[in-house]
Amino acid sequence: MSLCMPEPDAGVLARRREIVAAMRAIVPGEGVIDHPDGLRAYEADGLTAYRQPPLVVVLPETTEQVARVLAWCHANRVKVVPRGAGTSLSGGALPLADGVLLGLSKLNRILDIDYADRIAVVQPGVTNLAITRAVEEQGFYYAPDPSSQIACSIGGNVAENAGGVHCLKYGLTTNNVLGVELVTIEGEVLRLGGRGLESAGLDLLGLVVGSEGLLGVVTEVTVRILPRPQTARALLIGFAEIETAGQCVAEVIAAGIIPAGMEMMDRAAIHAAEAFVHAGYPLDVEALLIVELDGPEGECAHLIGEIEAIARSNGAVSIRASASDAERASFWAGRKAAFPAAGRISPDYYCMDGTIPRRRLPDVLRRMGVLSEQYGLRVINVFHAGDGNLHPMILYDANQPGELETAEAFGADILRLCVEVGGVLTGEHGVGVEKRDLMPVMFSPVDLAQQQRVKCAFDPELLLNPGKMFPELHRCAELGRMHVHGGAVPFPELPRF
Amino acid sequence: MLRPADITQLCEIIAGSGGPFRLRGGGSKDAIGSPTDAAVIDMRGFAGVVDYDPPELVLTVRAGTPLAEIQALVAGEGQMLAFEPFDHAALLGGTPGLATIGGVIASGVAGPARLSRGAARDHLLGFTGVSGRGERFVAGAKVVKNVTGYDLPKLITGSWGRLVAITELTLKVLPAPRARTTLLARGLDPVAAAAAMARAMGSAAEVSAAAHLPAWEGGAVTALRLDGFPASIRARAETLHRLIDGLEPLEDDAPLWDAVRDAAPLPRDKPLWRIIVPGRNAPALIAALPGAEWLFDWAGGLVWLASDADPQAIRIAAANAGGHAMLIRADAAMRAAVPALHPQPAPLAALETKVRRAFDPAGLFETGRF
Repeated sequence: MSLCMPEPDAGVLARRREIVAAMRAIVPGEGVIDHPDGLRAYEADGLTAYRQPPLVVVLPETTEQVARVLAWCHANRVKVVPRGAGTSLSGGALPLADGVLLGLSKLNRILDIDYADRIAVVQPGVTNLAITRAVEEQGFYYAPDPSSQIACSIGGNVAENAGGVHCLKYGLTTNNVLGVELVTIEGEVLRLGGRGLESAGLDLLGLVVGSEGLLGVVTEVTVRILPRPQTARALLIGFAEIETAGQCVAEVIAAGIIPAGMEMMDRAAIHAAEAFVHAGYPLDVEALLIVELDGPEGECAHLIGEIEAIARSNGAVSIRASASDAERASFWAGRKAAFPAAGRISPDYYCMDGTIPRRRLPDVLRRMGVLSEQYGLRVINVFHAGDGNLHPMILYDANQPGELETAEAFGADILRLCVEVGGVLTGEHGVGVEKRDLMPVMFSPVDLAQQQRVKCAFDPELLLNPGKMFPELHRCAELGRMHVHGGAVPFPELPRF
Repeated sequence: MLRPADITQLCEIIAGSGGPFRLRGGGSKDAIGSPTDAAVIDMRGFAGVVDYDPPELVLTVRAGTPLAEIQALVAGEGQMLAFEPFDHAALLGGTPGLATIGGVIASGVAGPARLSRGAARDHLLGFTGVSGRGERFVAGAKVVKNVTGYDLPKLITGSWGRLVAITELTLKVLPAPRARTTLLARGLDPVAAAAAMARAMGSAAEVSAAAHLPAWEGGAVTALRLDGFPASIRARAETLHRLIDGLEPLEDDAPLWDAVRDAAPLPRDKPLWRIIVPGRNAPALIAALPGAEWLFDWAGGLVWLASDADPQAIRIAAANAGGHAMLIRADAAMRAAVPALHPQPAPLAALETKVRRAFDPAGLFETGRF
């Protein structure tokens, strides 16, 4: 494991009994967990290579308890790591040995649904899919659909600005949230945004969404719900070359079509998925596109015709259009099973999340192949083709000494490549601990210092989720004085971890 | 007036001993906010398109580029800025064509389609700018999907020049609809109109814009706009006909939507307010302000209101309706006395101040305008 977390504060560790007692005074009963067996259940999130039992787990049931926990931790200089359902793939909820793990899972009620204004007000522990379940009888749904949507919580979605396969048309979490109740590290309860379309004043709501639990703890979320489209249909299109598949995607968009979803799989991913779920995918192709259209029946039929023509003109070797919802589901079955399919052909896999300008796809995949040979590890690729968000999965075996580190080094090279071609480190999984040390690849010291000053405005003692997102911990007073000249960072003696 | 030609000059100006500075593009919104005599930094030296690749749906431009130029450029490729930004010349008086894209973003301008397609903040992907520390920095990126670091593009959108002098912007662009149609219901009262718009928005008709004007060519009209592919518009219009009685198509709908966007039907001799509320509360809001003239955009979520009632009473009514009111158009004396932005609760105002200081520690961008 190549990442280090900040050194635990021995003074805080020594005060563990006092801290647990203080938490019990705020959250009674089983809401405070301090037994080692209980703590182990919280030692990792979806980035399972990193594990650390927290000092104590606190599971409040009310906003008031959240506020009191934070106020106490602030007054006593104890770090806090917020956690939703623990599905983060970037280690956003990785605990600290000297920190309180603040789990929001018991705040799990749907508070209000207003169909006239098309909003739902929910607590952060409500799962993503539960929102859709609550409104689907009235013909509505909540659009962002991260692949963990059965398990992941809306509070975690807000923290990570979660995406999904329908982002290009329907946006990420940030485009579907109207307001939050936020508790600051001082324990102050604030409302950002509301039920209307715009906040008054600065868009602090937009800042808080995607802030990875570093700015505050969200205790209530107001989301937009949308009427379910009348129909959805999908196309399954096979190509003999990645290049022509990429060209097809570009021409679909150039034709003015924004599909509800547009996914691409490479040869290795197609074979892994087909062997796992027998979706009926063609095996003699280099790239497979799944294109989903939604809307009125006539619109879907019309667009399917247009996309088929574009695919044919780009030399597609196989084209199928779904005739039923069951067939559409079968097209998706392999793609949705891509992660477990990778798990089936390899003891472990490491899922990456860079975004690139789509036009660079063939080049990036070619260079990824070269890296794969250099590192001696296989990689399979699924990718949100519409928005250029790549999910390469590096296959490795954690039981082989050094192989996790090799996989991480390979992954870091893939992300450097994404940035080099004009893309980014993460399209939807977040920085967390996973990509923290790569932030300087994308941002200069001045850029990062500016972001950290924003952190300081909310949490000057750096108590909320420290060790995530930023590769260096600058004390806020130093940031205030700091001027960066010629890209050189002052205070080189500060701890890098 | 200071007119930097490049980032180095801009950094020098801001890091120098002057200030406070009012950041200004084309000046099309000069008449919003408290009059101020702060030194102006004219950002129009930063002009021109940096990169535009239509199939990538991404456009990078310098902030001082005229909005009209950008709209013509993307229209030439069959694309659009989906949040329908517009020039405030019609609303505030002044020469059309001066609005810049930097000004649009700094003030969060969005038109009727904001209801369905998102606001300016939803379409700004990244930016380069100079902070109040006189430092150049970037945030966001030049791809359509990105969660790397804090979403500072959202924060600077609508910040009215109080955080950063934006020099370059990357925007998400989208295909322009191939066709559009507007259906009108006539004679609805505000309550019935709000209900009809909510029904339409809650249907699968994918209404792109919904407005209600109590007096348009002789009577109340409720307008529902559909845009997209022609076959689809026909199907969605049928959905609306089944839902709402008496809808009729409006030929040449541009004047109506321009009027909604510019609040054109409202009198120019009374202060003009832009009030954001949950759509269902719009009728109660105007009922609480008798004598005001008004129209609803965004299915009631945006109420344009012209009234010479006590500003405090208007803000209380807005807050009671779950919203907030911005003063958009008024004479200089009133603008000097009444803050343009709706005052925030004290704890939130304190946090906002800390966030502003994180970008601008000395308050160089605090001109007293807001």
